[in-house]
Parts: sequence; structure tokens; C-alpha cells
Amino acid sequence: MRLVILDNYDLASEWAAKYICNRIIQFKPGQDRYFTLGLPTGSTPLGCYKKLIEYHKNGDLSFKYVKTFNMDEYVGLPRNHPESYHSYMWNNFFKHIDIDPNNAHILDGNAADLQAECDAFEKKIKDAGGIDLFVGGIGPDGHIAFNEPGSSLVSRTRLKTLAMDTILANAKYFDGDLSKVPTMALTVGVGTVMDAREVMILITGAHKAFALYKAIEEGVSHMWTVSAFQQHPRTIFVCDEDATLELRVKTVKYFKEVK
Amino acid sequence: PRPTPRQPAAGLGRSVRREDLWVRGGRVVDPEKLFFDERRVADEQRDCGGRILAPGFIDVQINGGFGVDFSKATEDVGSGVALVARRLLSHGVTSFCPTLITSPPEIYHKVLPQIPVKSGGPHGAGVLAGVHLEGPFISREKRGAHPEAHLRSFEANAFHDVLATYGPLDNVRIVTLAPELGRSHEVIQALTARGICVSVGHSVADLQAAEQAVRSGASFITHLFNAMLPFHHRDPGIVGLLTSDQLPPGRCIFYGMIADGIHTNAAALRIAHRAHPQGLVLVTDAVPALGLGNGRHTLGQQEVEVDGLMAHVAGTKTLCGSIAPMDVCVRYFLQATGCSVETALEAASLHPAQLLGLDKHKGSLEFGADADFVVLDEALCVQATYISGELVWQAEDARP
Repeated sequence: MRLVILDNYDLASEWAAKYICNRIIQFKPGQDRYFTLGLPTGSTPLGCYKKLIEYHKNGDLSFKYVKTFNMDEYVGLPRNHPESYHSYMWNNFFKHIDIDPNNAHILDGNAADLQAECDAFEKKIKDAGGIDLFVGGIGPDGHIAFNEPGSSLVSRTRLKTLAMDTILANAKYFDGDLSKVPTMALTVGVGTVMDAREVMILITGAHKAFALYKAIEEGVSHMWTVSAFQQHPRTIFVCDEDATLELRVKTVKYFKEVK
Repeated sequence: PRPTPRQPAAGLGRSVRREDLWVRGGRVVDPEKLFFDERRVADEQRDCGGRILAPGFIDVQINGGFGVDFSKATEDVGSGVALVARRLLSHGVTSFCPTLITSPPEIYHKVLPQIPVKSGGPHGAGVLAGVHLEGPFISREKRGAHPEAHLRSFEANAFHDVLATYGPLDNVRIVTLAPELGRSHEVIQALTARGICVSVGHSVADLQAAEQAVRSGASFITHLFNAMLPFHHRDPGIVGLLTSDQLPPGRCIFYGMIADGIHTNAAALRIAHRAHPQGLVLVTDAVPALGLGNGRHTLGQQEVEVDGLMAHVAGTKTLCGSIAPMDVCVRYFLQATGCSVETALEAASLHPAQLLGLDKHKGSLEFGADADFVVLDEALCVQATYISGELVWQAEDARP
């Protein structure tokens, strides 16, 4: 793996955004050649999205020939609910850029047949030629997307019940009222993300430090699903200083030198 | 119909936010729905240069302007209204209620049928919901500039007297009357039942009579402080409605304010605003001299002398209406009260729309509202006016 450590959240966001921007530009996307990007939600990637929007508004980056696939969406939450991931993506990203709405894919948590919706999503990824770069985050319990502890490391897109840790972490978006937090979600599987040609995980903040430690300094375990990426040929972990607080000094020194 | 996003700052809802305004089919649409449901992007984009997009101003009391007098029975009232409607666009007004002051029945019978409700557009601001009849059922003592000879009462036949005076009420939307007149409650109820907004004004009513009028259906106060008893601490009169606890629950009493720096002292304006900010409705009460300049002009059956921003009944010190355009009033109100930009803008758009029960489609830029809006610079000066999403006026220096 690559472990890229920046001094603070803003620098980490900028580094990640520049990386994505350069990847897209170097790919030279066009009419018959779309760049496929996997995208996360949550507070961690907000800074990265802001930077990408800035590059777009400066005229340096176009999303005209980019296809996006979001990782997950709550089940049963109305699509226009302010906390749905559709709302998140619209407000924080899509409305500021020039992506074709037909190329912005997000799982529908209100589909009549949820498993069929998941299968269709997998097919869309396949039809698009697979994902070039999947950007993700990490939960405090070490999950990637909503692949909670205990999820199969070869899982595909499916319906998942959220773990209590996740529900507690999400409560802040629902007025602190646990009863308002959705308990189920559709999510890409660990296997789905592992299929991507390149993976970038954004991890910032001291509250994620333990999860990062478990993900990269301990073994591969379905209890810390991000650890699966130890077996991916091209994964980058982008983090700030605070996220490294539980790592060994030796690990941090090594990767700082490598960078 | 094509979606058209504008950049960047728009007043959507109750606060100024940095957003694009999307318009289709003359209405404000939800771009998120367009994106996910219809998978559409904009057909056309217009950069508004970071200016504020606010709902178009609504003037519910305007007697004429640019030489036109709505109370005058010319052969072609329609053209007069059309001229005013077109010239008002440069003041940011997208809807208005032509107002007639106290006049003899012949005038009403001749003029009213010629002022139908009309949508706005490139031709001019819309006649929103109908005409405002200020008088003749008002107080002699508080008639102000209204001609004494034509004052009337409805003591004899109540609503029948009203119909006999005005003729058919199809094009009428607001009636100002003095509630202390005998049988006013029957009249107020009958008018309200017909969907006409009743306003108390030009009156010597005490607070109790005013409260009774509101309970009978009155919902507006015509130019607060002017042409009514002054506030008294043991009987606040009509002014006391702003903080009355005797009004029907859930009912908001609206009140017109002429914020031209002349008709109301700034301190009085602040007192009213602070006492009841939700009900404040900016009105111009503009006279035909609006937009004309200094000199002598006609208002109803009387002569008027204009000097700067002041208009007096010729030969007296009686004010007879303002000549401050609506956007000037908005700026004055903002500066005099120190209120937020949103508050100042809502007083000229949302509140009049609420008064007339039209706030679903007018007075705001919520999804589904008519796309009547103004582009304002930082000083709240009008740079452009749009009706139903179409550009209908643009400032000289903004033109290409």
C-alpha cells in the first residue's frame, strides 16, 4: 500500500483531490472512454469534494466524461430527505460540476426489490468497464462503505443492517435522535471495491486512528473490513497526523520517508 | 419550456443562500429532482454576477404614476394601467393592486370594469388579484387628501350601499374602510365572504372597534399611523392591533407602511417593525406624480404639488401620497430599521403575498412559485426584473 500522511485535514483533502484530478486528466476521458470513479459520503470527503469543485470552476477539470458510482444509500429514507446520500451528493458535488445526470449512479434505497436494485448496480459497474478509482472512507469500527464487522470480504452489493457503532456515529445527522437514524442500507460489497483497479481510502481525525491501526498494522479480518485492501495491488491510504495516532512510530516514519 | 439556472446567490425560502435559481415553464423548479428524476441539465445558463435574486416586489397600494391617475375616468383606463405596469418594472415591482381613492359612483362604474386581473410579462407588472378601493366609506375627520364631497356611509343599506357605490366587485381585491361607521361589521363580513381583503384606515376607530373589525374579517391596516388616531397609552387605537391579544387565534394582522422617510418618522417605523415584524407590508401609496418630477399634477379630483420626494395637496401642508418607488422604500426600510436584507425584501414581497393569500405562487422563490424575481446589487438597487422567468427589464449599464 501507499500511506500518505499530511499535516492536517485541509492538506489531506487537497492531496486526495489533486490525485483524483490528475488521474482523470491523465486518463484523457472522451466520448467512448469514460473514467469511472467510486465515491463516498460522510464528513471526511467534504474537503476533497470542495477542492474538486474548485478545480472544475477554475476550468482545470471536467466531469463530462466521468461516470460515478456511490458506495451506499440508506434504505427507506425519502430520496429528498436532507440526510439521504442522494441529497448529500447533489448538494456537495453534483450541482457544482458538469457531470451528465445519466452517469451519476447511486443505489436506490426505496426500490421495490432491493436485491434486484443491488444486482442491477453491479451490472452497471460491469457494463461501464469496472471502476478505475474507488474512493472510500473508514468507519470508526473499521468498515468500508456499510460493510460492518463480520461482513464477508468477498461480498457484493447487497442489503445490510447497520451496526450500533454506525448508528451512533450517524445520530449527529438526525438531531441526535437514535430513533430517526435508518437501520438498513444498500452497500457495495468488500469484493465490489476490491475489483476496482485502484482504491484510495481517506482517513482523518483522531477518532479514526484506532480503525486505521487495525486496518493496516494488524491482519486481514472481517471484523475490520478495510483490512481487506492489504490484498489489493493498488491502494493508497490518505490521512492526516491525527489519524496516525495509534500507529507505530516506525510505520509513520517509514511512510513519511517514502513520500 | 427549458430549465435555466442562474448564478449564484438567490433568496430561496427565508434566507439569502448561495444557490442557483432554476426556472422552467415560468416557475421555480427543484434542480435536484430534475437531476435524479429526469436526468436533465440546464439548457441555458445566465450569470448574475453574484447578485441577489429576490422575489419580485408587490405593491398593494398605488394610486397611479407617470402621469396616470387610476381614479380618473378616462376613455381608455386600460392604457393608463398598462403604462404604469410597464414603468413599474424598473422599480422591481412585478405585481400591483391599482388603487382608487374616494370617488363618486360614476367613476367606479366606469373605471373598475376596465381594470381586470392580468398576469405580468414583458408588457409590465401584473395586476395582482385586483384593485384596491380606498374609500369612500371612510372617516370625514381622517380623510386626508380624499375629497370630502364624495365620502359615503353604508348605514342605510350596508352591503347594498357598497354594491350600489362600486358596481360589480369582480375586479376588486382590497377595500379600505373605517370600521366605526355604522353596520361596518355586516359589510366587512360580506366583503370577506367574497374573498375581498378588508383593510381598516382613514378612521378614528378606537382599539376595541378595530379589534371587532378584525374579528369580522379585516386583515390589513392601510398606511399605519397615517389617517388614524395617534397611539395613546390608554387607547392605542388601530395602532394597537399590532400587539392586540383579542384577535382570532392564528390570524396575522398585516399593516401597510410608507417607508419613504416622509410619511413616517424612522423611530415610529422602528416601533411598528419591532412590535410586529411579521405583519409589515411596504407600500408606496404612490400618486400619479411618481416618476414625473417637480411641479403640479392631478390626483383623483384634486391638484397636487410635487417637490423632491414630497407631494402635498396644492396650497396645503397635507401629504397626499408618496412618490418614492418601491425599491427606494425597501432601501430606506433596511437602513432605518437596521433589519436584515431578508426582512427588508420580505416586507415588499412575501408579506403582501401572504396578505392576499397568494403566497403559494407569489412573493417567494420556493419550488413551484412563479418565477417573478429581481436581480439586486449589494445596495439593493434593481439591476434586472424577470416575470415568469423572462427578462422584462434591465438597467442601462447592465445591457449588453
